[in-house]
Amino acid sequence: MQDLLYFSQQLINGLTIGSAYALIAIGYTMVYGIIGMINFAHGEIYMIGAYTALIAITGLATLGIAWLPAVLIVALICAMIVSSAMGWAVERTAYRPVRGRHRLIPLISAIGMSIFLQNYVHLAQGSRNIGFPALVEGGLQFGSGEGFQMSLSYMQITIFITTVICMTALSLFISRSRIGRACRAVSQDLGMANLLGIDTNRIISATFVIGAALAAVAGLLLGMYYGSVDPLFGFIAGLKAFTAAVLGGIGSIPGAMLGGLILGVAESLTSGYLSGEYKDVVSFGLLILILLFKPTGLLGKPEVEKI
Amino acid sequence: MVAQNFGHALFCAMITLIISFPILGFNLEAQGINVTLTGAKTTTIIGVVLASIIVFGFQLFRDAIMGALGTLPRFNPLAGREPMEPSRRVKLESRIITVLVVLFLFWPFMVSRGSVDLATLVLIYIMLALGLNVVVGLAGLLDLGYEAFYAVGAYTFALLSRYFDISFWLALPIGALLAALFGLVLGFPVLRLRGDYLAIVTLGFGEIIRILLNNWTNVTGGPNGIGGIPDPTLFGMEFGRRVKEEGNTSFHETFGIAYSGEHKVIFLYLIALVLAVITAMVIRRLMRMPVGRAWEALREDEIAARSLGLSRTAVKLSAFTIGAFFAGFAGTVFASKQGFISPESFVFLESAIILAIVVLGGMGSQLGVILAAIAVTILPELAREFSEYRMLIFGAAMVLMMVWRPQGLLPMRRIHIKLNRLE
Repeated sequence: MQDLLYFSQQLINGLTIGSAYALIAIGYTMVYGIIGMINFAHGEIYMIGAYTALIAITGLATLGIAWLPAVLIVALICAMIVSSAMGWAVERTAYRPVRGRHRLIPLISAIGMSIFLQNYVHLAQGSRNIGFPALVEGGLQFGSGEGFQMSLSYMQITIFITTVICMTALSLFISRSRIGRACRAVSQDLGMANLLGIDTNRIISATFVIGAALAAVAGLLLGMYYGSVDPLFGFIAGLKAFTAAVLGGIGSIPGAMLGGLILGVAESLTSGYLSGEYKDVVSFGLLILILLFKPTGLLGKPEVEKI
Repeated sequence: MVAQNFGHALFCAMITLIISFPILGFNLEAQGINVTLTGAKTTTIIGVVLASIIVFGFQLFRDAIMGALGTLPRFNPLAGREPMEPSRRVKLESRIITVLVVLFLFWPFMVSRGSVDLATLVLIYIMLALGLNVVVGLAGLLDLGYEAFYAVGAYTFALLSRYFDISFWLALPIGALLAALFGLVLGFPVLRLRGDYLAIVTLGFGEIIRILLNNWTNVTGGPNGIGGIPDPTLFGMEFGRRVKEEGNTSFHETFGIAYSGEHKVIFLYLIALVLAVITAMVIRRLMRMPVGRAWEALREDEIAARSLGLSRTAVKLSAFTIGAFFAGFAGTVFASKQGFISPESFVFLESAIILAIVVLGGMGSQLGVILAAIAVTILPELAREFSEYRMLIFGAAMVLMMVWRPQGLLPMRRIHIKLNRLE
């Protein structure tokens, strides 16, 4: 019974982190699906979302507004707006001019952008990590008084629910809306979509904006969950989310969700049963193994190289 | 025209405001566990607003501005010239490199100790950048975990000297070979991957190495690092005031001159110089050998190269391994220069700086990479008040280079024939 509780606890922790990873991974996978590049600066956009949310929360606290739903919603909206604008600007300045050139060039441009954004926040807000107030407190306890107690905090429940809402909204948006349909068309064949009168530049911008907005949601959630942010906050999370996207099959949105969950669980089982220090090693090791044995990921389509 | 652009210009200005104002306009300050928010200085806010206005103005008159820029005479008078003949170019480059080496050789005796120390660092970066140039510039493989091989070299020396008392000269080849072995072992499975996956996998590998160094405390000392790494000796002569090891003599006593701390610094500098020259020469040779040609062929067109019978894995692996080898080389010198190493020195940032050097210098061009390494290491030291902006500028420079001049400041140019399509 004890073991089972311990295991379930790790499972819950893993699913919590994993669902947030999935939110970030969407950004990678959508961009990859459409223009075939890795948006290296995506982790930084997530970090900027977390910072903006923190600024909004602190600002509201200074103004004396303390009603929790209002605070959360205002913070979420601010973070989404700023991150989306960032995503749009990044695509416009760093990616669009180099689109269609040799593969290495957009990638280096993206790395440069990532370094730039990291240092932008570093210079503006300092390099120290800043405490993120735990707005959602308390939780449910399971298990007897003696021995291990499994806990499911309200924060974790918030993360689950928010993720489910975002994912549902995204799925509906992609499958039903006009822009969503255009997105799918562009990801199938950019040139053809262009011929059929779809403004592909606009759709690509929209992809970046959607990805950035979801990353901002993850930024707020994980910022509250971890309890602090710093300028390097996005780097590792971005890598993890990328791993999740690759695990699920890059280019596939359900794949990103699945990959995020698997990665989160793998990570928390490692820290639960081995040691917390090695969880990054496990996730990168996992990335290398997937790329070696199943480069298309779990739900990805095999890519045919055309000459 | 202007009226058409108005909406777009307004939108761009809004975006500028949105992305800069919240982050720059407010300062989060941690006081204990509480976080408070203060407004930034007025100058910052004026700056943000000005930036938005400039973006607005630029977007509004975009066509006029771009048109005016297009009619300006070309700034670069050399832009349209034919590439030099290969034989002449090689001669010219060799001459420039020889002059540089001679200058470098005499230079440390004329300047202060601090400058020599910095110059040693520059040379280490030159070695690293030349090595990465093989991987990124010539073979076109984006390796973002390059610092891992650098760390392998440095830690090999540190650990060997700690546990087995092995000297610098023996550790130098061992460190480089071990780094090359790591490159081989990592490269063998991952080089089959496409370019952008390779970048991420190498990045993950770099992180794994760093985490292992950080956590394998009883061997590597964890975050505390390893200290007391011995200095190199010159034929058994030590550079310290007193001789540490049995059988060695000290440099100043052998030559009957007064002890000076500078001897050691200059000696290390000269070692780094010799190794950097060796690195440059070896890679220069390799570039002209069939394997070097194969790297470039594979970079330019993988399918064509493969259909001509080049083994993709073997060619890529050779580039990857050679790059790792020189990183190990540089790592050993670094460990001996610092006397102390810790995982802190081998973070991703380090890889990013080396990559920035290669990109700025011109991928594939040795001279360009050397000059960029000098510039990137020395400029932040000269402009110390701007040193905190260093990485910001690097990031921006990488983006701008990719947009405007992806071939680098001093690109490698070859004679080529351009086929014009018939109309």
